[in-house]
Amino acid sequence: MSSDYEYSDEEVDNVFDEDDMQAEDSDGDDGMDLDDFKVTAKPTRKAYEIEYNSLTQSAIEKLMEEDVEHIRGIFGVDASAARLLLRHLSWNKERLIEKYMDNANKMLVSAGVAVPEPEPQRPSRRPARRPRSPPRTTFVCSICFDDGPELTPLALDCDHAACTGCWSAYLTSKIRDEAEHACRCMAEGCALVAPDAFVRAQVDEETYTRFEELLVRHFVSCAPHLKFCPYPSCTNTVSCPSAASKSSLTTVVPTVSCGARGIGPPSGSMTQSQELVKQVTGKEHKFCFGCIIDSDHRPVVCGVALLWLKKCRDDSETANWIKSNTKECPKCMSTIEKNGGCNHMTCKKCKHEFCWVCMGPWVDHGTAWYSCNRYDEKGGVDARDSQSKSRASLERYLHYYNRWANHEQSAKLALDLFAKTEKKMEEMQVTSTLTWIEVQFMKKAVEELDKCRMTLKWTYAMAYYLAKGNQKDLFEDNQRDLERAVEDLAELLESPIEPENIPTLRQKVTDKTVYVQKRNEIVLEDTADGFLEGRWAWNVSVDGFEPPEEVAL
Amino acid sequence: MASIASRRLAKELSEIKSEGCPVGINLVKADDFSTWWFTIEVMGESLYQSEAYTLQFRFDAQYPISSPAVQFVVTDGRESPVHPHVYSNGHICASILGNEWSPVLSVIAVCVTLQSMLASCKKKERPVDNDRYVRNAPDNPKKTQFEYHDDRV
Repeated sequence: MSSDYEYSDEEVDNVFDEDDMQAEDSDGDDGMDLDDFKVTAKPTRKAYEIEYNSLTQSAIEKLMEEDVEHIRGIFGVDASAARLLLRHLSWNKERLIEKYMDNANKMLVSAGVAVPEPEPQRPSRRPARRPRSPPRTTFVCSICFDDGPELTPLALDCDHAACTGCWSAYLTSKIRDEAEHACRCMAEGCALVAPDAFVRAQVDEETYTRFEELLVRHFVSCAPHLKFCPYPSCTNTVSCPSAASKSSLTTVVPTVSCGARGIGPPSGSMTQSQELVKQVTGKEHKFCFGCIIDSDHRPVVCGVALLWLKKCRDDSETANWIKSNTKECPKCMSTIEKNGGCNHMTCKKCKHEFCWVCMGPWVDHGTAWYSCNRYDEKGGVDARDSQSKSRASLERYLHYYNRWANHEQSAKLALDLFAKTEKKMEEMQVTSTLTWIEVQFMKKAVEELDKCRMTLKWTYAMAYYLAKGNQKDLFEDNQRDLERAVEDLAELLESPIEPENIPTLRQKVTDKTVYVQKRNEIVLEDTADGFLEGRWAWNVSVDGFEPPEEVAL
Repeated sequence: MASIASRRLAKELSEIKSEGCPVGINLVKADDFSTWWFTIEVMGESLYQSEAYTLQFRFDAQYPISSPAVQFVVTDGRESPVHPHVYSNGHICASILGNEWSPVLSVIAVCVTLQSMLASCKKKERPVDNDRYVRNAPDNPKKTQFEYHDDRV
């Protein structure tokens, strides 16, 4: 399988849209020792990367406006009516055009643009704030029942008037409390929707900003090739057409980044070292386009990753406890917890009597009450054998789980490691002649380490579900090589710094970083290729894949 | 906000006092602007003839923008009517108390709607999921997401 280790160079000229995006994360300001890290210099798309575009809120708004203009041009309605129509049909232009051509008036009514009236209404009538003024003195707001002379009656096209105070309270509560962007007239049974200009005039700026965000979110949720960044208070969107369909998720892992850095204090207010920490730790908003995992779960596909997470949630703690606190009855396999008493056990279920120490039948013990020295006798060995079989699957799971959890834990400690490394870098600048830029290799190494641990973590989830066979062996070989390289690098980073050793350390760390990077790419690339070729088989049934040939663990 | 709620409730109350309630509905107590009680009776021929029930309204500061919390009183020997949309703890599954609430509706309008809901009932029975719901129901019926599955009754 030498091809596993080959790089594909065919895609060298495949220069794709988000180049500028990627340039951004390849360290704009620390344009340091790039020569040391040649591997990253290729701007080609790897098999494990996916083509996507990052869009800001205003870019999405522009897309929405294009659709609105399109509809406006075809129907000859005004922009606000076009917006309501599009929102009503979830931005599905084709269906809207079809339905509108079929019965324009019906469409306008159900979208809340026009009042249902027997005579056809001109759709272009602008539903704006139009103070209908019945004689001032008689106006009583139907909501607050107030009748002061200072009240301004206000209504949509339906003429259901209420005072401005009530309108603003109503719209604000709809938008802020209910996250509703289609605010209908307050009158009972009236389906007219307040157009944007009406909303804008009645609510404060903060609420209107929220309103605009709701509109963008609605638009994004209607388009399968768009996904809103799941990070708190981020308003960016990612467009990824190649992962829009569910079936594509069996061949690619669409890890994307919204193009924003982590939220922190504005950069002006930070010291240089804080700034550095933020650059390193303020990570990209990386998430999976295909599922709900808000981090990079390459190399394993969404279906398997989710299966694993669910299993971990359900099983891990329980399984650990069962493993350390219980044994099974050698006869009926009931799980037994021994919480006191002597070694003479009587199974509550099948009444089998056995010894807790050797698991052999109690009758063999004769008069050797309570001090078992028969660990190697045949009866005991047989009993332990059958027990170990039933434990095997649990052990197998824990094997993978513990390695997975281990890497997860290490990744969580990465923040500490960043801080520690930063200190070391300062130390190096003091004790040697190296300049700031020359000690950046440490930072780079830590970043790489973090990335690889992420990959490793998910390889254990994948290996747990991979069906036995040559493919799995190859996969685990790659995994083992990466694991070793990562641990070597981690050890190097922990090693003490002595002034005379710094040049060798630097050489070693740099070499190891490049090597780790290569191993990581091999794992990612080979796995991704495998998905494209349909090479991987699972030992459980996974959505979208062939069912397992036989369930063998 | 609070002032809109109390102003509006004051108006509703004075209207009730000057014009009286519709037939079959009587104001029991409305001492403040947080909780009101009414008795409600179904007039004419119906399954609930000569039965009287007590309705409780609870208002928050966002009334009338947000709906009042309405339920039948089931304490002090009073019971909720046996009706496919009324749970034995007094909670009512009616769309106008939830997503179809509109600020132009009033306390009296709600009473009248519930009265006609009882009047049009064909068979006295509890909702199918009564036991399950009552066991886990929140104190405030507004916290329940009802599914309005049946609008015939």
